[in-house]
Amino acid sequence: MTHPVVIVGASMGGLRTAEALRRFGYAGPITAIGEESHAPYNRPPLSKEVLAETVSHEAVAFEQRASTDDVNWIFGTRVESADLEHHIVTDSNGDVHPYSMLVVATGLRPKRLNVPNGELRGRHAVRTLDDAIALRAELVSGAHVVIVGAGFIGCEVAATARKLGCDVTVVAPGVHPMIRPLGVELASEMQRRHESQGVTFRLKTSVVDLVGESIVTGVVLDDGSTIPCDVLVEAIGSHENTEWLEGNDLDLSSGVLTNNDLRAVKQNGVPWDDVFVIGDVARFPNPVYDDECRRIEHWNIPTETAKRVAQVFTGQAQGEFRPIPSFWTDQYDNHVLAYGVLALADEVKLLDGELSGDCVFGYYRAGTMVGVCGIGMRSTVQSYRSNFV
Amino acid sequence: MIKIDVDMAKCQHYGQCVFEAPNVFELNNDDKLEYTATADDSERANVEAAIDVCPMQAIRIVE
Repeated sequence: MTHPVVIVGASMGGLRTAEALRRFGYAGPITAIGEESHAPYNRPPLSKEVLAETVSHEAVAFEQRASTDDVNWIFGTRVESADLEHHIVTDSNGDVHPYSMLVVATGLRPKRLNVPNGELRGRHAVRTLDDAIALRAELVSGAHVVIVGAGFIGCEVAATARKLGCDVTVVAPGVHPMIRPLGVELASEMQRRHESQGVTFRLKTSVVDLVGESIVTGVVLDDGSTIPCDVLVEAIGSHENTEWLEGNDLDLSSGVLTNNDLRAVKQNGVPWDDVFVIGDVARFPNPVYDDECRRIEHWNIPTETAKRVAQVFTGQAQGEFRPIPSFWTDQYDNHVLAYGVLALADEVKLLDGELSGDCVFGYYRAGTMVGVCGIGMRSTVQSYRSNFV
Repeated sequence: MIKIDVDMAKCQHYGQCVFEAPNVFELNNDDKLEYTATADDSERANVEAAIDVCPMQAIRIVE
């Protein structure tokens, strides 16, 4: 009997892998094992539309294609360990799954604050549908919402909470919100736009304690001040879900190190023939930039990496794997769209428009464009995408 | 022929579909999505790729 392809992780990356395997002609058995109880769904709306309006799995679920009807989906089940020498994984029910090919698609989980009084209720993260549903119920007009972290998720939640009439404070260690991905020019402008919508920023600051009896009523900052808090949103980044792979001669220092074909590599640099990694946890070299291996936490990467894995597995991969990272974020009426890896830049130049309105910036490393990002002006932003192909 | 439907209530005009199926989708001068409602069968793979990369999951092939 042929062992199935086993995909560990049953969200978008797992789904896209199953679809791509079918599209490229693999007709054998596929098993996909995921910790969440929901069938794969789309996460970007969670911090935006889902918080603002409807909250249901149906509204965000991916359409199931006929090609994956025969995939054996195992939801609500966590894979606890893997034995790559013996080509098996073991789940939380004690079931052992032998595989012909293993696809690691376990993604990320949110980091949480490590503070005294952490057992208080009223703390939220925004990663899963269940997280968003729980948070949505708390975002009522007039509520004091404190968001820790000023990355994309934190800022999107801030914008949505303001629209719902909440009082919003963002606490973060950086100088400006979203400064790492956007650079100082756009980040400071986005801060100004948030402030004009009534958001308060407490920057270069961290939360050191929580106040409350059973529910959070305030947070204590490192300058000793306390701010009122009915709803605490923790958007301080992520941990990679790779612990289950420990003990297998892999480099797990940041996600899972792979080669350009997304095969997991052993400590001696030799790839495993039958172990692939996709999505947020894949740390792969992208020749668009250089030899360095990076994880890319952008929404388009699970789909791109899944396709590559299916091509490699079915012997149809051609040339190098050169995905172009892309991200977007919507905050109020500000539609931010980017291509490339902006964080690599040592120089940022205004290419079009003006900073106070719609604008497009180019991001350069040693004079070579590594990214482009705009507020509005999407056609113009897209016209620079070909620089990275 | 395939029939293509974009839920314009969902579409946020990100334009990611444009790169996957340029014969079907484009952003106009106002940065709004425009698309052809029907396309040749040979476009199916491209449109399916466009469906995959749509952040709002607003595109469907109507069978």
